[in-house]
Amino acid sequence: MSKRILTDSQSQSKHGISVDVEGYLRNLDDWSEQVAEVIAESEGLQLTSEHWEIVRLLRDFYQEYKVSPAMRILVKQVKNSLGSEKGSSIYLMKLFPGSPAKLASKIAGLPKPTNCL
Amino acid sequence: MTDKKQSILAVLTKPPYGGTTAKEALDAVLTAAAFEVPVSVLFMDDAVFQLLPEQKTEGIEVKCLATTLPVLPMYDVEHIYVDRKALVDRGIDAEQLILSVQPVETDTLRSLFQNHSRILSF
Amino acid sequence: MILHTVNKSPLTSSCLNNCLRAIGDNDGLLLIEDGVYGADKHQGLKLKPLPSGITVYALKADVEARGLMGRLSEDVRVIDDQEFVDLVVSHNASQSWY
Repeated sequence: MSKRILTDSQSQSKHGISVDVEGYLRNLDDWSEQVAEVIAESEGLQLTSEHWEIVRLLRDFYQEYKVSPAMRILVKQVKNSLGSEKGSSIYLMKLFPGSPAKLASKIAGLPKPTNCL
Repeated sequence: MTDKKQSILAVLTKPPYGGTTAKEALDAVLTAAAFEVPVSVLFMDDAVFQLLPEQKTEGIEVKCLATTLPVLPMYDVEHIYVDRKALVDRGIDAEQLILSVQPVETDTLRSLFQNHSRILSF
Repeated sequence: MILHTVNKSPLTSSCLNNCLRAIGDNDGLLLIEDGVYGADKHQGLKLKPLPSGITVYALKADVEARGLMGRLSEDVRVIDDQEFVDLVVSHNASQSWY
């Protein structure tokens, strides 16, 4: 269902949000909290407040530097603003399984971190 | 000075727009830094123009490099050098730049090339 | 009347110097892309002495992108895209130095 909402075209439908082949928003201005939830759902995630604080931190980082941070830098940033308990790869892996920097950026409506393999 | 055994010197010589080299250099530096490879950056020649403030790129529809360059310290890239001659030739004051950089004279510049194990030229 | 266009930085390319050798009275000189660095007053870019009657133009979007708005020589005219088009139309030939 959610896959259908994320159309990969220039669909003009009210819910049609254009994403690239990997599921990142083509137009960053399309992002909203609802869109974030839809993206998360398509990745099998239900967003909790713990997810949201990471998503917001990522958006703030992007707002300032116009680049999505790589994993190591994300960990460092989370540590600085949310404390060392959350500032660990393990914590972020639990929230965003697989590749946290990439997945969280996708949900935050940001480009893929360029320096992530 | 970083350990020569495993350090990169990225030598930047191109201006920020009008080509993609400056952007590619920044991506490469950030990638190396993301993997904790010690990397130093040296701005020479027209690359010092990358450091000018008040770059507004809406009119040419490309991403503003001056917005992203200040992320370097966040990536633990702390050795950022700039060829003082390049600044002087262009009438640019090191104090007005968007990044805190270390202006170097020719002797230091030469030693930078010797003191790193790998050189990436952009 | 020829409109000469230069799109390379004068510090790393001979485009501007060659253009200045070839430019004639009443021609126009338009600086675009990295060519706008040639309009930077701090560099002593030998824009002078220019043959008489020459106006130097620089494209606004390129000047702004490079943070040069406050660094231009006083005698350079900053033009927008529409003025760029007008300029091309008002000259009977153009030469690109690139």
